[in-house]
Amino acid sequence: MRNTTNTKTSHPALIFWIVAGWVGFLLLPWYGVEDGILSFEWLIDGYPFDEDYAPAAFLIAQGEKLWLAPLLLPLALSLAALGRPKSDPLYAKILILTGALGFGWLTAQGFGIGIRGFNFEWLKALFGELGDRQFGMGLGAMVLASAFLFIFTQGIAARGAINGDVFVVSAIGGVIVIVTTFVFFPIAKMLLAAFVTEEGSYSAGVFAAKFFDDRLWGLGCLSGGRCGVAWNSLFLAVLVGLLTTVLGLVFALVVTRSGFRYKRALRALTVLPIITPPFVIGLALILLFGLSGAVTQFISDLFGVQPTRWLYGLPGVLIAQVLAFTPIAFLVLIGVVEGVSPSMEEAAQTLRANKWQTFRTVSLPLMRPGLANAFLLGFIESMADFGNPLVLGGNFDVLSTEIFFAIVGAQYDQGRAAVLAMVLLFFTLSAFYAQRAWLGKKSYTTVSGKGDAGVHPMMPNGLAIPVFVIAGAWGLFTIVIYGMILYGSMVELWGVNNTLTFKHYVTAFSVRIEDSGIRWTGAAWDSFWTTIYIAAAAAPLTAVVGLITAYLLTRQTFAGKNAFEFGTMLSFAIPGTVIGVSYILAFNVPPIEITGTGLILIISFIFRNMPVGVRAGIASMSQLDKSLDESSLTLGANSWQTFRKVILPLLRPAILAALVYSFVRAMTAISAVIFLVSAEYDMATSYIIGRVENNDYGLAIAYSTTLIFVMLSVVGVMQLIVGRTEIGRRMSQSRTNV
Amino acid sequence: MNNIKRLVIPSLIAMAASVSAAQAEKLTLYCSAQEDWCQLMARSFEDATGIDVNMTRKSSGETFAQIKAESSNPKGDVWWGGTGDPHLQAAEEDLTEPYVTPMRGELHDWAISQASSAGDKTIGIYSGALGYGYNTDLLAANNLPEPACWKDLLKPEYKGHVQMANPNSSGTAYTTLATMVQLFGEDEGFDFMKGLHSNINQYTKSGSAPIKAAGRGENTIGIVFMHDAVKQAVSGFPVKVVAPCEGTGYEIGSMSIIKGARNMDEAKKFYDWALSTDAQNLALEVNAFQVPSNKGADTSPSAPDMSSIKLIDYDFKTYGSSAERKRLLQKWDEDVSTLPQ
Repeated sequence: MRNTTNTKTSHPALIFWIVAGWVGFLLLPWYGVEDGILSFEWLIDGYPFDEDYAPAAFLIAQGEKLWLAPLLLPLALSLAALGRPKSDPLYAKILILTGALGFGWLTAQGFGIGIRGFNFEWLKALFGELGDRQFGMGLGAMVLASAFLFIFTQGIAARGAINGDVFVVSAIGGVIVIVTTFVFFPIAKMLLAAFVTEEGSYSAGVFAAKFFDDRLWGLGCLSGGRCGVAWNSLFLAVLVGLLTTVLGLVFALVVTRSGFRYKRALRALTVLPIITPPFVIGLALILLFGLSGAVTQFISDLFGVQPTRWLYGLPGVLIAQVLAFTPIAFLVLIGVVEGVSPSMEEAAQTLRANKWQTFRTVSLPLMRPGLANAFLLGFIESMADFGNPLVLGGNFDVLSTEIFFAIVGAQYDQGRAAVLAMVLLFFTLSAFYAQRAWLGKKSYTTVSGKGDAGVHPMMPNGLAIPVFVIAGAWGLFTIVIYGMILYGSMVELWGVNNTLTFKHYVTAFSVRIEDSGIRWTGAAWDSFWTTIYIAAAAAPLTAVVGLITAYLLTRQTFAGKNAFEFGTMLSFAIPGTVIGVSYILAFNVPPIEITGTGLILIISFIFRNMPVGVRAGIASMSQLDKSLDESSLTLGANSWQTFRKVILPLLRPAILAALVYSFVRAMTAISAVIFLVSAEYDMATSYIIGRVENNDYGLAIAYSTTLIFVMLSVVGVMQLIVGRTEIGRRMSQSRTNV
Repeated sequence: MNNIKRLVIPSLIAMAASVSAAQAEKLTLYCSAQEDWCQLMARSFEDATGIDVNMTRKSSGETFAQIKAESSNPKGDVWWGGTGDPHLQAAEEDLTEPYVTPMRGELHDWAISQASSAGDKTIGIYSGALGYGYNTDLLAANNLPEPACWKDLLKPEYKGHVQMANPNSSGTAYTTLATMVQLFGEDEGFDFMKGLHSNINQYTKSGSAPIKAAGRGENTIGIVFMHDAVKQAVSGFPVKVVAPCEGTGYEIGSMSIIKGARNMDEAKKFYDWALSTDAQNLALEVNAFQVPSNKGADTSPSAPDMSSIKLIDYDFKTYGSSAERKRLLQKWDEDVSTLPQ
């Protein structure tokens, strides 16, 4: 079988990429087109001679951008591989040389020459001033870069890597390149920015001055003053992690270990905060407990006490974050609590342990991975949370908001933002590491292939009563908060004029039917459609990248697989604010100049949410027996056909989980988005935050409520498609494996 | 572009020229005022001239940073709105283009003096005085006297009732700091800031947040530009505006043409239009209560009456310079913000 393919002298994939490379070089606009590549306005505006739109070949022919000329060499070289059989050792050598030379030169010139000529002093010293410049890469450059990359991977495959499997080698190469470009490169760029002085040179002193700043590490709060932001963030995150874990466990116990009758309702309630735009809870808290809040007023009238601003600061942020992130802990823990083998608990009871002893010595220790994961997620989410501290923080500054104001505030200090982001990254990565260390190498596996007919024991009474009280109180609190949100969207002017009205919905979402069709006159439509469009574009791409990566991780073995896995999971541990900052620093300048476009939003969502796709994919793929792949391969299919025809159809639930998750996250994310939106591509969340800043609470809450209902219906439709596979269940599985 | 056309064969020049002539005139506007005002300005200019406006709204600090970053390849044409300091700084760093408009005769003196202190690279489009506003309901509920002067805010009974923005992150708060230094002298000015510090319940990030909190009833007194306070009162919140008795500082909202603008002619058209009475009257439609720089433009009856406010002779040149700014902010950081409250 292999022999027949090896003697073939025409390789469709190779021909495709060689042709693509030439097209990218000869026909497509080399540099980024200002109005966006897809506008196609460039076709009628001076193409192909106008410098702004010309393909590389035309630029060189006109004596411009001559540093692009060497790219012709590898392009011509690639033609030499045509007509050679794969078994010819020259075939592989030619392809590898073509790819490496082409990709290498493309990258080198991209970084070497920017909008101010040479980017490096030593280049200037060597060649003198360039007297020319170049902008961000466009369609032509991107296509050519991909062509070189995949020609290179075909060369590697032809040398026999991964059994000469072109698809797998190309997939690995592709994932490595995009993860390097969109995760490692921006992070590295951000780390560098921490060392830049005002004059633009690099210095460790600058970093030290910004790092050892009292505003960052001060311990004044121990003696009545104010503490540094880093301590504030750390303290808050640990508290939130602990509280959400405890509350999540409480709810999980109620659902699995009690006779509670409305479990489905409880599960539904826990989905709510996941689809709630992040700062809405903060607003509802102000409406309830603020200085003029409903509860505050009631209590002060009742007991004659003076209302205070207790909510603003640590207490408010803590309450809001615990409300928002408890469901995530619940979703993680319910899978784990259910997964604890009843047989083990029954064995303990047979050995005369009472219920309490069983719970404490058997059930609880077996839940350790779940508890650790839940804590970790609460910790990271709290670190990265941006909306709640912004609304409720008062004088309690945390890293995420400080990063934002270091960039946009009057100080405009990117270096400081970078230093703060490093501290934030350090905290989250340490938490990841600590979690792994704590879990150690012990086995927590209790679910095996054998059937387990046992039944979970009920909670011991001493535990059940407080659990029910806490769960009941917290559940009621959540309901009140959401009632408040709905009510707040329908009053005229909160606190001043409480007449009910649909005014805010009308302002946001009014439409006018005219002869020319429907006119979307509401203030919110622009950002609404942009959000839907971006979220819908990001979701399938996230699923594709995530599933291909999962496939590589579960089904293939290759050198450096661990590093590969770490790289693909890294963006999950990086808070959104850090992603936002690093993306502006990295993609504001050539060679990749995409700030202010919709593309940068889509890309940021793909890499933010990809780990969930990866995890969902891994979870499902580990359930599929390898013999399926093998039989497909034995029957003569190649690995691409196997992936598409055998594995993919069996992965439907995982695909849908990844789609729903990334869609919902794209609609509610704010921390990274706030840095990346532009006038043209404004997202719902940043629009809402703008309204909040403008004191326009009615509109903000009405918009958020609408988003909640939109997402509910999306989740509902998805559930109908997948059948009984519940989104919560899916997420708990994927999260548990993080 | 020009460079290229010289190199291309003549027949193609004709083709390219005919294509670019068919293109509509356009203008890229960087706007640093409130969103709805920016939108209205852009749309009205389109209606008045038929020139397509591509508007980006960002705060003045962000816009300054963007113009600086783009200086080798400017993408914007005109920068309209936002407090004067960053405009002056842009002029100082030669990021903006000098232009003497024929509209000068219609403008107030302060607008023109803003231009002359920057070598004609910027001009005043509106001004607003610093002051404070308070929530009348909360003041009454707490049995507090009505404040009328800056020094009133130092009284111990206002402890925990005053809010201002952090001068490190907000231009408004920096103006407050600079005003106190000019009004009372540097030492007494800083003593004032220290006294105020013990009454402050929160230093907000954004300049107008204190009065918005006061409007909602989450704070009693907010130190802000008076037009921001008026806006809250007009929206129906129980806010009263105070022009402090000792006198006060002010800002001059400015406009500049970006150096190397791609659409220079359109930029100048916008510049002249934005100084006309028609354009400046648009402010009233979006509840912007700043004082317009055109003498003939209407002022809202709700707007603070500038003639009754004692304005200090604010030294924009000195206090807008980055060195002085850095020094004052550092002093505030070290001497004021670290004090216990």
